Amino acid sequence: MAWNLDSQRPIYAQIIERVQYDIVSGHYNPGDKLPSVRELACEASVNPNTMQKALSELEQSGLVYSQRTTGRFITKDTSCIRKIREELAKQQVLEMIRRMKQLGFTKEETLTLMDKIYEEATYEHTIGV
Amino acid sequence: MSTLLECKNLSKRYEKGMALSDLNLKLESGRIIGLLGPNGSGKTTLLKLINGLLVPTSGEVRILGNTPGVETKSVISYLPDQTYLSANQKVTQIIDTFADFYADFDRSRAYHMLQKLNIQPSERLKTMSKGTQEKVQLILVMSRRAKLYCLDEPIAGVDPAARDYILTTILNNYAEDATILISTHLIQDIENILDEVVVLQNGKLKLQASVEDIRMERGVSIDTMFREVFKC
Repeated sequence: MAWNLDSQRPIYAQIIERVQYDIVSGHYNPGDKLPSVRELACEASVNPNTMQKALSELEQSGLVYSQRTTGRFITKDTSCIRKIREELAKQQVLEMIRRMKQLGFTKEETLTLMDKIYEEATYEHTIGV
Repeated sequence: MSTLLECKNLSKRYEKGMALSDLNLKLESGRIIGLLGPNGSGKTTLLKLINGLLVPTSGEVRILGNTPGVETKSVISYLPDQTYLSANQKVTQIIDTFADFYADFDRSRAYHMLQKLNIQPSERLKTMSKGTQEKVQLILVMSRRAKLYCLDEPIAGVDPAARDYILTTILNNYAEDATILISTHLIQDIENILDEVVVLQNGKLKLQASVEDIRMERGVSIDTMFREVFKC
């Protein structure tokens, strides 16, 4: 279905990640209105109560705010969005470091390899950089 | 959240033995609940007791405080495991009957869903495929504005694309304070829309838990949990 969710992990946590990613990547702009809980639940094919819970947590983190009667909006606080962006990037890097360590790579080897692959990929236009 | 349905020491004995024994269960309003269990665990028996098609051997079931009867039937929309509609009827005629019978039936909703699933209202049931007949029945049941929907294996006979549409239909069409009780073996297909599961085994309550709690505590999907618990 529309959202690719993993049934082995709590759904609300995955919804939070997905909306964070949509905000950071510019799918939603600061100040944009979010669809209603019901609409989002249908789009994602998830339980509306679960969607509600995820949005409440996003609200508590400050990334989303709600205005009585008019709905939920993406924060206009771009520093908050930058912070989340850095946090998401950090998680990705940590995950990569962990895997490289499992493969027996040192920090220097990892950095050298990264540099090399980045250059190659840029040259071959295989990544959008 | 208020209690919508309560079973107290509910038992049902058939000639061959106990189908349900001493079941105690409370369901709240505003939830989507999966009714799971291996074949013969008592799912259909429970749904029939809730809908007054069977009488308990002992114990009781109450819906909003009432035992099954005229009042509960006006607030419960039930999709049985076998059809009771006459194959000779056209969809339009069945819709008329439902509208006549149930004060909470919403005609426009039914016609809208038929159109979405490309079903001709002028067609007779007997000329339709099994899957299409099942879709028609589910549309009829979901077109009521009920407090409790009891769906006995609603998606078993339909193709995966229609299954997706049906699940979205369920999500779109129930009021926030209504509860949907779905019995199914197709756990993977529906688990993301559930709030909680009620698992039966040999006529007894094996587990009642929130699906997110199960994922958090056990780190597995509901489908995987079911396969592990009931491994043959």
